Amino acid sequence: MSERVPPLLLSVLFVGIAILYLPILVLIGYSFNASALVSVWGGFSTAWYRALLHNDQILGAAWLSLKVGIVVSSAAVMLGTLAAVALVRFRAFRGRLLLTGMVNAPLVMPEIITGITQLLLFISMFHLLGWPHRGFTTIVIAHVAFCTAYVTITVQSRLATADRSLEEAAMDLGSGPVRAFIDTTLPIIAPALLSGWLLSFTLSLDDLVISSFVSGPGASTLPMVIFSKVKLGVTPDVNALASVIICVVGVCVVAAGYLMRRAERQRLEEAQLAERG
Amino acid sequence: MLYLLVFFLIPFAFALKISFAETAVRVPPFTDILTLGADHHLHLDLNLGNFQYLFTDDVYALSYVYSLRTAFFSTLVCLALGYPMAYALARTSKSVQSILLLVIILPFWTSFLLRVYALEGIIREGGLLNQALLWLGIIHEPLRIMHTTLAVYLGIIYSYLPFMVLPLFATLEKLDLSLLEAAADLGSPPWRTFLDVTLPLSMPGIIAGSMLVFIPAIGEFVIPALLGGPDNLMIGRVLWDEFFGNRDWPVASAVAIAFLIFLVGPIALYQHYSTKQLESA
Repeated sequence: MSERVPPLLLSVLFVGIAILYLPILVLIGYSFNASALVSVWGGFSTAWYRALLHNDQILGAAWLSLKVGIVVSSAAVMLGTLAAVALVRFRAFRGRLLLTGMVNAPLVMPEIITGITQLLLFISMFHLLGWPHRGFTTIVIAHVAFCTAYVTITVQSRLATADRSLEEAAMDLGSGPVRAFIDTTLPIIAPALLSGWLLSFTLSLDDLVISSFVSGPGASTLPMVIFSKVKLGVTPDVNALASVIICVVGVCVVAAGYLMRRAERQRLEEAQLAERG
Repeated sequence: MLYLLVFFLIPFAFALKISFAETAVRVPPFTDILTLGADHHLHLDLNLGNFQYLFTDDVYALSYVYSLRTAFFSTLVCLALGYPMAYALARTSKSVQSILLLVIILPFWTSFLLRVYALEGIIREGGLLNQALLWLGIIHEPLRIMHTTLAVYLGIIYSYLPFMVLPLFATLEKLDLSLLEAAADLGSPPWRTFLDVTLPLSMPGIIAGSMLVFIPAIGEFVIPALLGGPDNLMIGRVLWDEFFGNRDWPVASAVAIAFLIFLVGPIALYQHYSTKQLESA
């Protein structure tokens, strides 16, 4: 619906957006503050960014978080897509209700409970099997569990609208069911896979609570390092770090949004052409 | 699929088990409930004391109530702020709309932890808000917002506002304008039209948005830990302290199980029935 917008409503909208952005902008502003005191402006400086480059603790944690994020989102996209296909394509199968419930559970469950219960599982497993050691492996397993749920939901909605006749046509033309799926349906749901991957990546990169529980000594992800630094007091290097992260994420999201919109438009145009043609 | 079963469902069985165990000074810090006795029979030692303890110490009951109350009021404020935002957003032209949508979604992608930290820069004693208010002459002494209940509310509202706006926008966007015109033609004043037509039709969005804010807000840990004071005992924080501070894993497990039953259970049931209703409708 597009009508004239009452100015009062429009101003609420902009105030809301300002509330969302003001703290972030202030944070970025402070990151260039030469003074280590937050309330005093000591002139413009990039010293905190330079300090960041020499902080091994932060760099190590960032590297760990990136590794975890990439492994987790790739695994979650694969598992989540499989689950989505099962839920959309096979209407009735044993355990459907259980699977639906399990896909929704991580979305409703408070992180802190997920974290505690998973830690207890890992410890019991370690006692029985001698595996896994708490650290990278356990963080990855725990993250995959909740990211898969988000991917499943994203892919599920896309898959529900995808035209099945294409796949059937491919099978009629003699390709096997897996081949037909890969050739016809997969390209259609590719944008959902991409957004699922990105969603998992950010969720994993951002997770503090679950990581804190399941991680072991020596494996600290970036949010864990940031949290402990912030708890101890205001640290100007965290300002710089936060600004870097926010800018990188911002650029990526805008770029991904732009690419996806372009792909979507192209698809619509092609569909229109095909209808006319 | 098996993966979710193994790493999501089974952990709860273990939590349940450990919640019946006794605290012990060992690694991991609890006793086994299943032991093979000398007579080669399995012995099951259930310790209900952890659950009894939850009822004797009112810290737990208080923090449940406190979490519920905090989540409820922040959801209300989010709704009050988010509804007009979504309404305005739904009425802007398509090209502006897509840009504004991206603007609202963007903070959701940036780190949650960092945004809470950024908020601290605004509301702390020498922060921007106090400086602005002092400069304007509205106040003469800096306000103490950090480490108060108000800070926790501000944190939740600030963090979860996009979650409220987006579902509301999704329903308001689909709203059929001709219905509003019909109401106006029949002589209904705008506020009546809003109450009779717009509000009922946007109910699914209101419910979805409120759930998206309310549910994570109850179990919130980061916001009360960073912005709240010692008396902002939200349940997430109590759990964390019990686990990491007191290292009392059985009690922490019992709290987690009770939390699950009292809060998540009803929500899951509600969702289950509402989707069933949708499917049958």
